[in-house]
Amino acid sequence: MGYFTLTRLALKWALSKPVTTRYPFEPRQPVPGSRGELAFTKESCVYCNICAKKCPTGALVVNRAGKRWAIDRLLCIQCGCCVESCPKKSLSLTPSHGTIAITKDREWF
Amino acid sequence: MSTEVVCELISADCLVDRVRALKQAGWRLVQISATRLPEAVELTYSFDRDRRLANLRLLALSGGPGIPSISGVYWCALMYENEIHDLFGVVIEGMAVDFKGNFYKTAIKHPFASVKPPAAVKPAAAKAAPPSPVPVTA
Amino acid sequence: MARTIIPFGPQHPVLPEPVHLDLVVEDEKVVEARPSIGFIHRGLEKLVEKKDYQEFTYIAERICGICSFIHGQTYCQAVETIMNLPVPPRAHYLRTIWGEFSRLHSHLLWLGLMADALGFESLFMHSWRVRERVLKIIEATTGGRVIFGTCKVGGVRRDIGPEAAADILKELDGIESDMREITRVFLKDRSVKDRMCGVGVLTKEEAYELGCVGPTLRASGVSQDMRQLGYAAFHELRFEPVTRTDGDSYARCAVRCGELFQSVDLIRQAFARLPGGDIAVKVTGNPNGEHIARTEQPRGEVVYHLKANGTKNLQRFRVRTPTFANLPALLKVLQGCELADVPVLVLTIDPCISCTER
Repeated sequence: MGYFTLTRLALKWALSKPVTTRYPFEPRQPVPGSRGELAFTKESCVYCNICAKKCPTGALVVNRAGKRWAIDRLLCIQCGCCVESCPKKSLSLTPSHGTIAITKDREWF
Repeated sequence: MSTEVVCELISADCLVDRVRALKQAGWRLVQISATRLPEAVELTYSFDRDRRLANLRLLALSGGPGIPSISGVYWCALMYENEIHDLFGVVIEGMAVDFKGNFYKTAIKHPFASVKPPAAVKPAAAKAAPPSPVPVTA
Repeated sequence: MARTIIPFGPQHPVLPEPVHLDLVVEDEKVVEARPSIGFIHRGLEKLVEKKDYQEFTYIAERICGICSFIHGQTYCQAVETIMNLPVPPRAHYLRTIWGEFSRLHSHLLWLGLMADALGFESLFMHSWRVRERVLKIIEATTGGRVIFGTCKVGGVRRDIGPEAAADILKELDGIESDMREITRVFLKDRSVKDRMCGVGVLTKEEAYELGCVGPTLRASGVSQDMRQLGYAAFHELRFEPVTRTDGDSYARCAVRCGELFQSVDLIRQAFARLPGGDIAVKVTGNPNGEHIARTEQPRGEVVYHLKANGTKNLQRFRVRTPTFANLPALLKVLQGCELADVPVLVLTIDPCISCTER
């Protein structure tokens, strides 16, 4: 049976810097290797439609005739399935979580 | 890792006796699973002893007589039985605690009871339809 | 004595998830507890008819936000067994490593919640501070904090390089010493022991008969851990299930504390023996057959019953989650307990309602 078992830990942390960050004033540093926002490179895309077919949530739309590519940010689950299947490496997941999607429409590129 | 276990196909009458024998031999109830087949619901009772699985398989025909509850033997079976009753609409008689369909609060009554549209079931499924004692690896 | 029914949940401060218990009380003693679940039943088992078997890995992983990786792993193992896929050994080891990291973060989360339920707020914060260190490793290696997304049918998606492995092992030493400081408080402190010792005793026979799994069963003295089945890389690693014999809340807490260090040890062993080679095999065709896969999650044994008929959609996908198996035991221990002990007892089985309501 012990008493005041947390005292040592509490004193140690009372004297050291907090592990939390003051978030809105101090932006969160993205962890390298994290699966964040999906980035699209228009220059290398050949509009093959593979990413749209592979997407498990159906977040991607490819218009081959109009050479347009679109994503519904609220549907995307950042799984990286499209990144793996893209033959031209036009897609990538950035470590940053990006801006918050607030509308339900598609973002066209 | 995998030991081959044969699914033992039994009828509803001898279910409780068989389960009682298993309990006396020290088996633990792992789960009761239901699968919707075109004309019946297939129930799989899995038991475990020393990390080996034994399975009993039972067919509950649609509109047929109810299945006897094994919650008199394994009290914890009432969870699985109420679940199967609520999701598949299988009538189970004599459950230790009968929630009368209120175990799951679902918008649709018996959501898993509908049969898949025939288009989704390819001819390969015909093999699965007559439920023969299929070997189940575990 | 007049009986009163006190509702516990669906929204209760001690649990972030909705489970409802009707507590029949006499004075301050609980006579009976009647559960009702299904507030957030999602019908994920039915969704298997819409998504193909490879896409379904994502859904299997999203059954639960805490034991997500092992759900995906179990699903993949079941499909791989049905399809008879030769999964590379490196993939097995990586799955083992991530699975143990997921156990670490889940148990640390539970310890924090437990401290919170006891009213020990600073201990709760310290538990989650350590958990954050584990989550950082997970995010850096898999890309997700709780949804790892690295398991796929036929192997894994990401590899851990040698430099990253060295960094992880170094960080793991720090995490281990942090965990020692915290678990010492849980196991030794008077205020924690007063709330947990002798509360909600499950005997060995009761626990076995009620079909308990995981730490709840092991705290009652049954040495059963599904990792002993030797799935993934566990057949090549040495470990003994952590057991206690008292069967009370304190024993369940002690089992989880012991499993933290067991996981650290398993991760070290797995890194030491990590073989080279591919991390995935190519998957072609559709599964045809039936398999029951069992693995050990942080909360206990999970059972996946998969039935495939040669189409790209499975015929039946059934999950028996550990919490579902532990609920009958919870109802038994609640009978005759003090009303004030209910939150602690509900927490000691580590309920994961989103698992239960798949």
